[in-house]
Amino acid sequence: MSNSTHDVAEHRFRQHHFANAEQQLDTSKIGMWLFLATEILMFGGLFVGFGLMQGVYPEAWVAGHHHLDRVLGAVNTVFLLCSSFTMVMAVHYASTDQKSKTVMNLGLTLGFAFAFLVVKYFEYSHKFHDGLLPGRYFNLAGIGGPPQQAMFFGFYFAMTGIHGFHVLIGIALIAWIMIRANRGDFSSAYYTPVDLVGLYWHLVDLIWIYLFPLLYLVS
Amino acid sequence: MSEQAHHTSHSPLPYLLTLIALLFLTGITVGAAYVDFGSSTVNIIIAMLIATFKASLVALVFMHLRHDKPLNSIIFLSSLIFLGILLGFCMIDLGSRERVYPTGLRKVDPPPTAAPAAAPPAAAPAAH
Amino acid sequence: MADIITSPHISGHADHHDVDYLHDGKGLKSWLTTVDHKRIGVMYLWSILFMFFLGGVFAMMIRLELLTPKETIMSAETYNKVFTLHGAIMVFLFIIPSVPAALANFVLPLMLGAKDVAFPKLNLFSWYIYMAGALIAIAAMVTGGVDTGWTFYTPYSTTTDGSVALMTFAAFVLGFSSILTGVNFVATIHKLRAPGMGWFDMPLFCWGIYATALIQVLATPVLAITLLLLIMERTFGIGIFDPKLGGDPVLFQHFFWFYSHPAVYIMILPGMAIISEIIPTFSQKTIFGYRAIAFSSVAIALVSFIVWGHHMFTSGQSQLASAIFSFITFFVAVPSAIKTFNWIVTMYKGSVAFNAPMLYALSFLLLFGIGGLTGIFLGAVSVDIHLHDTYFVVAHFHYVMMGSTVIAFLGGLHYWWPKMFGRMYSEPAARIACALVFIGFNATFLPQFVLGSRGMPRRYYNYLPEFQALHQASTVGSWILGLGFLIMAGYLFASLRKKMDAPANPWHSRTLEWQTASPPITHNFHEVPSVGGGPYDYYRPVGTGRNA
Repeated sequence: MSNSTHDVAEHRFRQHHFANAEQQLDTSKIGMWLFLATEILMFGGLFVGFGLMQGVYPEAWVAGHHHLDRVLGAVNTVFLLCSSFTMVMAVHYASTDQKSKTVMNLGLTLGFAFAFLVVKYFEYSHKFHDGLLPGRYFNLAGIGGPPQQAMFFGFYFAMTGIHGFHVLIGIALIAWIMIRANRGDFSSAYYTPVDLVGLYWHLVDLIWIYLFPLLYLVS
Repeated sequence: MSEQAHHTSHSPLPYLLTLIALLFLTGITVGAAYVDFGSSTVNIIIAMLIATFKASLVALVFMHLRHDKPLNSIIFLSSLIFLGILLGFCMIDLGSRERVYPTGLRKVDPPPTAAPAAAPPAAAPAAH
Repeated sequence: MADIITSPHISGHADHHDVDYLHDGKGLKSWLTTVDHKRIGVMYLWSILFMFFLGGVFAMMIRLELLTPKETIMSAETYNKVFTLHGAIMVFLFIIPSVPAALANFVLPLMLGAKDVAFPKLNLFSWYIYMAGALIAIAAMVTGGVDTGWTFYTPYSTTTDGSVALMTFAAFVLGFSSILTGVNFVATIHKLRAPGMGWFDMPLFCWGIYATALIQVLATPVLAITLLLLIMERTFGIGIFDPKLGGDPVLFQHFFWFYSHPAVYIMILPGMAIISEIIPTFSQKTIFGYRAIAFSSVAIALVSFIVWGHHMFTSGQSQLASAIFSFITFFVAVPSAIKTFNWIVTMYKGSVAFNAPMLYALSFLLLFGIGGLTGIFLGAVSVDIHLHDTYFVVAHFHYVMMGSTVIAFLGGLHYWWPKMFGRMYSEPAARIACALVFIGFNATFLPQFVLGSRGMPRRYYNYLPEFQALHQASTVGSWILGLGFLIMAGYLFASLRKKMDAPANPWHSRTLEWQTASPPITHNFHEVPSVGGGPYDYYRPVGTGRNA
């Protein structure tokens, strides 16, 4: 926290077109939030389509969601919430020069993220096995009920698939900043990457907070 | 630089409390799904309200919006507002698709037998 | 000279003082790895100009085919593909990135007195994404082509053959590039203005680009998800947009136009932004109504999000929605008119010089007037029911997209060409080319208003004999237009072969980009400029006020 640490960090990480580190941090944050806004609008498009079609075919939505496992969905929610907590702790420790705790919390975040994907894998393989597939691959004859369940599962796979893709990207990003944190790149004077990856990861969590009740708890 | 350091003054306790609140609310969401509130619309509204509360906690505490520069909150909220615009106008369209509004431009004398049947749909929108 | 700036971490205090950005590093690699916004802007410029050429060739083919009814040079199937490719290339690969990614990338940081954009690496990345999108689009053309029209309407687009999935994926990728540019510019304008430059000290170009960038950030993601859903629809038949499976094709149009209507303003706002620079410079007079123009840019951006349904009056959208959308559409006219009147009043009692950029700006005023006013006709439901899907619509949006945006882009290109490449082009040749483009454009598209109002439907391969005279007038117009572009290409390339002769400020402008050398040095300014006073203070003597 001494001045010299600040100066070293400033020298190493400040890009030439910024006047000072504060301007650089503010700019990075604005950029990240703008990017998150685009993510929200992209997922939001799916949510809007999902909600409107639910209004048109409520029975198909109820019938479709009975094939989803609420317990697994809830478990995954818990995993993501916990990962968000460890992520914010990693940011906190990075901002207070506690390197080993930063790395440890990033590791825990990775663990929760993988646990989420493992559960997702079992859910998906179960769906594949039962023929609960999107669109024309939906095994309506074997399952019965309203035909628009095929559309419900189209949304299910689109939403959880794109969300899962974001989890994968998040894992790569967290692994990257974990390596950098372990290398000692971050200090209380400069931990912007941890902060930004954290923001991204919380958004992935935030989207799941809506996905879970929308998909699993239609009733 | 002061910006970078501003989290340091906070203890991690709020983060832990937030996590507990989030887990608790998840429990409530799951529990509420088993309760019949009379119509599925009510259930969905309750689930969405809880989800919004949870999302606000994540945004304010985990994503630091409560301490951050207001511009970042504005960006975040504007994305929601524009999403609302998309949803709102689509709902206006889908919700009123079947209705036909009388134009009043041209009066066509209906065939005598069809007259009583034709009247209600034309009058219906006025009641709404 | 030897040292190549490839990393923003290197702080450039000492060695690059007097090297202009074109000579700071040699060879292809120094360009492909650059993070200098000026070089990225130039790379974007050549990329989009190539795409403009490609789209232009398709346009000439369309016009040639329509010289006679029935087959002239191609079959009906080929014709469908050619007009789709013309639209898709011009919209996604040329107009949308034209002013923001090419010209604004170059001049925005200079105008703000910044050394670079907020995220230089992201800027370079967005160019690579653009190139990837362009390659995918070309792959889609080669492997089967697309015949849906650039709007990809369902259910036709989910059932027709061809490379629709590949083309939509290309548009998806290009959208991502556009988003990154938008994010970069919003952050740049918020945080990298020179010390002393408040929001209302920025040149109006920056306001226009800011409004554009907001739309890019807020609208493009919805297009991304729409196109993904379309790809899923084709691959899995999920049925969201397919009426056979219970889906709603009108919903596709809602999603599509939620992006694509604001996208029209992604195209026009930067054009207006250029005009707001050219007119005060060539009138040597302070812009009239600075704040009104600035706020009207933002107002147009915001209103653009709530009018998209006016593209859907005949789609089966509910009457209530059509009435609301039509009503709101008229409000777009208000900020547009505010701008137009302010530009005209700016010229009043100015000392107007009719150089090529100003000729383009004056053309813009006229053509945008026609394009904008015919837009009001089409925004009225009852008129639109008659004119929808006719050549009237084609003529209207060409007056806006080409007559306004492309003309403004050309004005901007001529205005900043000396700054970008350090060379003056031949002014007489430029004036002749401008006149040919103006005459050719009007000869091409004015007849189409008549064709449309008489009932000639758009996108038709064949037509009734009584339409032939007007179609032929339009085709001849396209040849004049093409000749104008050929001459333009000639004198612009010729200027590049000269030695550098452009003065730092050939037009005697007061905005910051002209206060540094032509072409600018790598770090734009020798010292960080400090700003006192507005960007259009022509009433002050040179050397006082701003950057004095």
